[in-house]
Amino acid sequence: MALPKRIIKETERLMAEPVQGISAIPHEENLRHFDVVIFGPSQSPYEGGVFKAELFLPEDYPMAPPKVRFLTKIYHPNIDRLGRICLDVLKSNWSPALQIRTILLSIQALLGAPNPDDPLANDVAQQWKEDQNKAIATAKEWTEKYAKP
Amino acid sequence: MDSDDEFNSSQVSEDEFMQDSDVDLVDDDSDFDMDQDDVGFETQDKDIKPSKQAYEVDFKVFDPEQIQQTQDKQITDVSAILGQPPEATAILLRHLRWNKERLIDKYMEDQDGILESAGLGESATHNPPKIIRVKGFVCDICCEDGPELDTFAMKCGHRFCVGCYRQYLYTKIKDEGEAARIRCPGDGCNRVVDSKSLDLLVAEDLRDRYQELLTRTYVDDKENLRWCPAPNCVYAVECGVKDKELKRIVPTVHCECGHYFCFGCSLNDHQPAPCALVKKWLKKCEDDSETANWISANTKECPKCHSTIEKNGGCNHMTCRKCRHEFCWMCMGVWSEHGTSWYNCNRYEEKSGSEARDAQAKSRQSLERYLHYYNRYANHEQSAKLDKDIYLKTEKKMQQLQNTTGMSWIEVQFLDTASQALQQCRQTLKWTYAFAYYLARNNLTEIFEDNQKDLEMAVENLSEMFEKPIDQLKGLKVDMMDKTAYCNKRRIILLNDTAENLKQGNWEFNVSMS
Repeated sequence: MALPKRIIKETERLMAEPVQGISAIPHEENLRHFDVVIFGPSQSPYEGGVFKAELFLPEDYPMAPPKVRFLTKIYHPNIDRLGRICLDVLKSNWSPALQIRTILLSIQALLGAPNPDDPLANDVAQQWKEDQNKAIATAKEWTEKYAKP
Repeated sequence: MDSDDEFNSSQVSEDEFMQDSDVDLVDDDSDFDMDQDDVGFETQDKDIKPSKQAYEVDFKVFDPEQIQQTQDKQITDVSAILGQPPEATAILLRHLRWNKERLIDKYMEDQDGILESAGLGESATHNPPKIIRVKGFVCDICCEDGPELDTFAMKCGHRFCVGCYRQYLYTKIKDEGEAARIRCPGDGCNRVVDSKSLDLLVAEDLRDRYQELLTRTYVDDKENLRWCPAPNCVYAVECGVKDKELKRIVPTVHCECGHYFCFGCSLNDHQPAPCALVKKWLKKCEDDSETANWISANTKECPKCHSTIEKNGGCNHMTCRKCRHEFCWMCMGVWSEHGTSWYNCNRYEEKSGSEARDAQAKSRQSLERYLHYYNRYANHEQSAKLDKDIYLKTEKKMQQLQNTTGMSWIEVQFLDTASQALQQCRQTLKWTYAFAYYLARNNLTEIFEDNQKDLEMAVENLSEMFEKPIDQLKGLKVDMMDKTAYCNKRRIILLNDTAENLKQGNWEFNVSMS
């Protein structure tokens, strides 16, 4: 099936002017499937970490949001141990005017600002609320352990 | 001024419905506008009316077209008051769940605020959005461009090509079942797509679906409207009974499709039992019933810790697995008092044994009590099904009867009437047992049980006649019609008695009603 113009344009722009701290490269055999690398934002427990993720554009994209999942283990209240992400713009607040670029930026921002009040990983969120310092320490530890290049 | 206006409007629409509805409509002041605060006066007025039985409530059945008209009427009225176009008014009304008064108040208080929160952005002008072509436009969704591209934007100014807009609306309506709150496709924009814009963009089939979804949210939003729960039924029923009155009233309504259901909880007609008791009873039946039957027949309880024990072999010297209590299975007394007379308990009169049996008897008694009511409840449920089967068979024979005896179609209809009466009475009887299970023992309960007994006997007598061979049916016609009338009468007496006492709060229950 021919790739919609929208996806081609988006991919071209992602390659030509990449977003800082993020890379997204489509698979050669399936141009709807992207290998994503997000660098942990500075001044967050994920600083210095390199987080791999995969992004897939479903058939009805951009009417439906892209599917994104972390492949690198990460200790974060809104990301569960399978790498699934709880983020409003990936679900109810998706708009077809949003793009891969904006979605990845939102995910990077989520790393910088965890939201334990709307958790996906309950145990992590609990820890985050009870003892934030300890949770941040664990997040740093995990970054050190799993997200080093 | 507003209230006058509103009063007139509801009068007019009322008359409209009176004409083409054959339901018995007695209320003149049914509140269309759902004033949540005035409860009580209406129901008291109803009590005085002699035409209505105490167990009946006022209600009205609406077909989808009437629901649509009612909505349109309110939209037109409010539109004139607010000076907003109808499509924007519709969004405002939906936003405040069709509370007209509150909308007008809020609008007068803070026009911009209410428009903003309803997703209408800055005050709507009378210049509706159009499909246009824009030079140098690139659609943010499909990345197409070109001078031939039709584009559309609402007042928020987020412009997309018509194809994408259409596709977006299609996804929202068809796939997500969204209607009342479809937002602009623009990122972070809260503006709601109004019906006028929608009309401009989508094809007719989608528009119908959209209207259907809107009507659905309208009924869901209105506290005094409820969909008939029967499969494939398109009607909605309006009834003024509020949630907090459900302890005193059992509002059974009768849809045009023939289905009787409770307006309070949407379950099948469960008069005379109030919703709260029905809920408790159904939960109890789900938990217990069959299991309870088996437990009662096959087990005893440890006299000390009340664990349920099934004895599946071995001697009468029992040691409870749980509390290690040793006792005799026969007399339930402490084993240490038994000496060495194992396998043969001859100590029936021992004190410890009789005490243990007493305690056991008590707990069994409550189980027995439940089973007494449950078995009768289930029996009527089952019998109603059997009666229906017999009727279906009889229906074929009604045909034969017409052919062989020369009776006309109208002359065999008494079977139909009798069958319907049976079903209805069984339904009532069924719930009298759930009701009785929760009743405390007193004089009122005695009267109730007498009524119950009378109805039950009348029903069984009528039911019996259905089993007679077909050739005798002709001779039984008059008798059967009498018995049918008697059943219906007994049912009304029972329901009136319970409904009146419920209204006055005379029943004493052995559980709390909350």
